[in-house]
Amino acid sequence: MTRNRLAGPLHEVAADAGYTAPPERVGFFTDTSVCIGCKACEVACKEWNGLPDPDADVLSLTGMSYDNTGALGADAWRHVAFIEQAMPVPVSADEGDVISALTDGDTGATRWLMSSDVCKHCTHAACLDVCPTGALVRTEFGTVVVQQDVCNGCAYCVSACPFGVIDRREGDGRAWKCTMCYDRLAGGLEPACAKACPTDSIQFGPLDELRATAQARLEQLHEAGTPEARLYGEDPADGVGGAGAFFLLLDEPEVYGLPPDPVVTTRDMPAMWRRAGVAAALLVAGVGVAFAGRPGSRLGSWPGSR
Amino acid sequence: MTEQPQVPEAEFRSYYGQPILKMPRWKEPHLPAYLYLGGLSGASAVMGAAAALTGRRALARAGRLAAAGAAMGGTGFLVAELGRPERFLHMLRVAKPTSPMSMGSWLLAAHASLAGGAAASDVTGVLPRLGAAAGAVSALTGPLLATYSAVLLANTAVPAWHEGQRQLPFLFAGSAMASAAAAGLAGTALGAPADRVPAARLAVLGAALETAAAAALEHRTGLVGETYRQGGAGQMMRAARWLAPAGALAALAAPRSRVAAVAAAGLLTAGAVTTRFGVFRAGPASVADPKYVIAAQRPAPPAATT
Repeated sequence: MTRNRLAGPLHEVAADAGYTAPPERVGFFTDTSVCIGCKACEVACKEWNGLPDPDADVLSLTGMSYDNTGALGADAWRHVAFIEQAMPVPVSADEGDVISALTDGDTGATRWLMSSDVCKHCTHAACLDVCPTGALVRTEFGTVVVQQDVCNGCAYCVSACPFGVIDRREGDGRAWKCTMCYDRLAGGLEPACAKACPTDSIQFGPLDELRATAQARLEQLHEAGTPEARLYGEDPADGVGGAGAFFLLLDEPEVYGLPPDPVVTTRDMPAMWRRAGVAAALLVAGVGVAFAGRPGSRLGSWPGSR
Repeated sequence: MTEQPQVPEAEFRSYYGQPILKMPRWKEPHLPAYLYLGGLSGASAVMGAAAALTGRRALARAGRLAAAGAAMGGTGFLVAELGRPERFLHMLRVAKPTSPMSMGSWLLAAHASLAGGAAASDVTGVLPRLGAAAGAVSALTGPLLATYSAVLLANTAVPAWHEGQRQLPFLFAGSAMASAAAAGLAGTALGAPADRVPAARLAVLGAALETAAAAALEHRTGLVGETYRQGGAGQMMRAARWLAPAGALAALAAPRSRVAAVAAAGLLTAGAVTTRFGVFRAGPASVADPKYVIAAQRPAPPAATT
């Protein structure tokens, strides 16, 4: 075996899935340092993909800052997270005086983090791996989509996704998630969310180019005195083989509701099957022991005892 | 200055305490009932084949009927679990080694056919040789059916299930043996006492493995092990800890007492069912609090910065 196809770096992801001469793998680079929380991505996504809003008649507020979407799900394929942090921010002396005057001497300030989350379109996608019907497929663009005419709503993908992205839609019974606007990609257009983003926080393009862009942006931020900036999901050596949608974050991933170090669950599958095999053999051995001895033997006379 | 605790509690930051993963869409009683019935069917097929091989007619029939009935019932629960039950045949659209559910679907289809054929032949007397052959082959599919469901659960991102990947196959094997033993004891309660000897031995072995593996699951899976000890899952696991050994004790008296045989069957069945419900309930509990996801991926959390 030359390589483990269940985990680890894999550059030609579409070719690995069986496409001959596929187009370049595309993805999203979401630079949260320039996100302004306008939610244009959420709106554009819902409009283009015709996503239902089951709570349309209800004004439902979550109390989580400006986030009233809550999380990614079957009906929300972009989700803008809002995090308010009370912390000292680097300010000039003049600014400090102004802040101090406005806040009655409390020079602490609120840092407002905003981040538009989306399906990661993993290199090693657990949802795709575990789908028993073949409804989830890899596209020629290296993305992962659900074929809605095939999905039977078994919900295995829901529990397999290490990012908590895909979900089953109530009343519909099938699993839904971001398609990276497969229909737009096929027509040579960029996904609706990236098109709508007014600050280029959401950038779409060939994944290799995006990784270079992100690295440059990270260095720029570090030089500008933002050491907490870090990339998330861009590393092909990570637990999912690198995400097709990755991020520049300004705090730990879990602060944004992202798993710190996600691993595709199928990485451990060969070992799991081996243990299941051993346990099955143990079951057979147990029955063998139970039936050993001649039919008339008594309970106390276990095999080997006299 | 107030006193500081010597070892500060591990603190996990999160996005408003929201789950990182999606809650499993699988529900009660469907999934735990399927886990129980799959185990019962698989181990009963082995018990039935062993009984037939050693000339124990009553026990063979009990095993074959239990194997067939549980396979049918389990299939019913699985289909009812789907979001689109009318598409259950899509499960056999592809055969996918990376999907334990795909492998399990084929396994269940094969096993249910074999066990059903063996039982039908046993009851009606039609095609006895073919029935016996089907029963013998079902002793090969049975052990795999009883333990593959451990891989089904472990191959998810759900912390309680994924972190239990070492213990679950053995827990399920033991639970299945105990379940089949219960069927054997119930099926031979009115027959010859000697027929109950193998079933009683199987009960002791199964309950011992079930109890030992459950203890390992609760205590050797790190922080997430507490989800097996607390709440609804803890209730079930604690009940099983008494029911299974009590069933084994009653089984020791079963060869001499019909009452003991029936009591053992009831206790063992209750122990196996509560075990399955306990394992199932730990899953959603481990998703509801994001700390389990974070703890598994970041064993030493950084000190809180706020």
